[in-house]
Amino acid sequence: MASILSLDCPLPQLDFDRILLGHGSGGLLTNKLLEAGVFDLLNNDWLAEKHDGAILELSGKVAFSTDSYVVSPVFFPGGNIGELAVNGTVNDLAMCGASARYLSLSFILEEGLLMTDFWEILLSIRQACAVAGVQVVTGDTKVVERGKGDGIFINTTGIGPLHPQSDIHTRRVQPGDKILVSGPIAAHGMAILSVREGLEFESAIRSDTRPLKDMALRLLDTAGAQVRLLRDPTRGGVATTLNEIARDRRLGIALEQSLLPIDDVVASACEILGLDPLYVANEGIFLAMVSPEAETAALEVIRSFEGGQNACTIGTVVGEHPGQVVLRSQIGGKRVVGMLPGEQLPRIC
Amino acid sequence: MKYLNEYRDPELVEEFLKEIRQTVTRPWSIMEVCGGQTHGLVKNGILGLLPEEITMIHGPGCPVCVTPLHLIDKAVHLAMEKGVILCSYGDMIRVPGSAKSLLEAKALGADIRILYSPLEAVKIAKEHPGREVVFFAVGFETTAPANALAVIQAKSLGLTNFSILTSHVLVPPAMEAVLNDEEARVDGFLAAGHVCAIMGMEEYVPLVEKYRVPIVVTGFEPVDLLQGILMTVRQLEKGEARLENQYARVVKFEGNQPAKAMIQNAFEVADREWRGIGTIPQSGYELQAAYAAYDAVKKFEIHLEKAPENPDCIAGLVLKGIRKPMECPQFGKGCTPSNPLGAPMVSSEGACAAYYYFMQGAEVG
Repeated sequence: MASILSLDCPLPQLDFDRILLGHGSGGLLTNKLLEAGVFDLLNNDWLAEKHDGAILELSGKVAFSTDSYVVSPVFFPGGNIGELAVNGTVNDLAMCGASARYLSLSFILEEGLLMTDFWEILLSIRQACAVAGVQVVTGDTKVVERGKGDGIFINTTGIGPLHPQSDIHTRRVQPGDKILVSGPIAAHGMAILSVREGLEFESAIRSDTRPLKDMALRLLDTAGAQVRLLRDPTRGGVATTLNEIARDRRLGIALEQSLLPIDDVVASACEILGLDPLYVANEGIFLAMVSPEAETAALEVIRSFEGGQNACTIGTVVGEHPGQVVLRSQIGGKRVVGMLPGEQLPRIC
Repeated sequence: MKYLNEYRDPELVEEFLKEIRQTVTRPWSIMEVCGGQTHGLVKNGILGLLPEEITMIHGPGCPVCVTPLHLIDKAVHLAMEKGVILCSYGDMIRVPGSAKSLLEAKALGADIRILYSPLEAVKIAKEHPGREVVFFAVGFETTAPANALAVIQAKSLGLTNFSILTSHVLVPPAMEAVLNDEEARVDGFLAAGHVCAIMGMEEYVPLVEKYRVPIVVTGFEPVDLLQGILMTVRQLEKGEARLENQYARVVKFEGNQPAKAMIQNAFEVADREWRGIGTIPQSGYELQAAYAAYDAVKKFEIHLEKAPENPDCIAGLVLKGIRKPMECPQFGKGCTPSNPLGAPMVSSEGACAAYYYFMQGAEVG
């Protein structure tokens, strides 16, 4: 799995080519792994302290968020679990209107994980942190017996100051608000599916994982409190996120199918597999509910960013059909886009 | 998406709708046979666009819905008690058995894998020579060639750890069962386009002649469905009963000869039980004697008592179009997609699930 990242930062000389239970023992193996790996790679003043925790300076309102990352396979087209774990938490904070500054990073490694894979993931984490402008200031590593994990699980927790103009709350969403999406939908989920065992198909689909922090913060610079709500539609996709909002706020959501941005190759893959892209996971887009007055300016801001060029309005918050998301199909028929009872399952025919 | 967008063109759709409205003069009940067509009607909101004279009846062509309860129990039993790697199409795994679904069995530690192709299961068998691999081969004529190929391939590879749990059903006998049911009221059929892509159209000729009923082989996109409905309504209004092909870009009268040959190599026609409907003579496929070693039921000698269906579920009446899903007292109350009592509430192709979502849509206009 060697990538361009590892060329200038080779795997340090370690005694074993796979993770052993001993790497989580707290003894010499753990120390060697951390010092030659994590600490060197993510080096900063907080980690250099080698303390039990990090001492931070923060003032005013801060946002705080945590997430655990499990993905199979760990490496997928367009990324791996490492950058997902950084971007995911950075994005959760961005959706609160906050700028992620510090992260904790915890690994649960499965005995037998290839050291080269772990190194590759660490390099991605370093790279993602640099892009997002965050520092890993504390962390933990545990190892579980082979068969009791899925290679690697990662938890990250992030903290960062709130944007001064941010006033993001579900309760502020009101009829007439425009629903914007920052980019094409369903790429991440389909990228994962394309390499999942038993379902593999050849495609050029890549995960959309990326930090949304700069985009979201610039949006708040421009539109401030006109931005009522930001949400990143990760698992469950756009449909699930919009359903949660409609239910919580007891308002209706009207979607236009013809406006939904989706890459052709992703749309085709969804067709072939019988999946509805509205329920497929995303990792690099967000939904913004903004006042109608702010719509044009908001789109302009988002479109000025890489990954935001295809931003568009996909629907409106309405007073009718409270609690429901109703989609007008491209031929003009209407249907309710409900919550799925569980995972979306491929259909037989 | 080329070859798809053309059939989702809003202007064409409007033209067909206009044409249907102008043609229809009295009420007609049209059954779309295939679950994929039901899905297309609901997903595109077509049911709400049709004139009120036309009632669409969602037929028995949903493989998930008609696979008998005891076969699901057998699949669960194989996975839980016999330690096999049980491979299945996705939407089959949530269908409730009498005690549990395959999804619940998976949570209890059974090795259950979702696949798109039975050939993947053959590959798994090859990679795990120490494990028994069973593919849950459900479906209509559409999935039969691939299932036949899997068995033929396993045999030629000399694999002894691969078998299939078959529940293969056939469309024409089911249509005949509906036509013979005194309570059922179906004026015309949209025949299942993809089934006919494999089997051709010949076997529908006797149905048209014997029952004087229009049958239009129809595709799955909005333009296909509306054109199929229009062709059926035109026949009905003129008092005609003919076999027509709306889906000519895919369906040939003689069907797909190599695929048919594949089916004939491995399967033979046999009586089959349909969930909610009962046994229909000569309505399914079974593996031929030469492939008995690949028949999971024979291989594992499963002896399970047949569990009764939930008495509150009227799936059989719904599948034959005698009752509408919302005429069931449990509809949307004791039975929802999250907690289905019967199979038609599980799959998005099932009539009850389709109505469940559409009814919510109807309420909001």
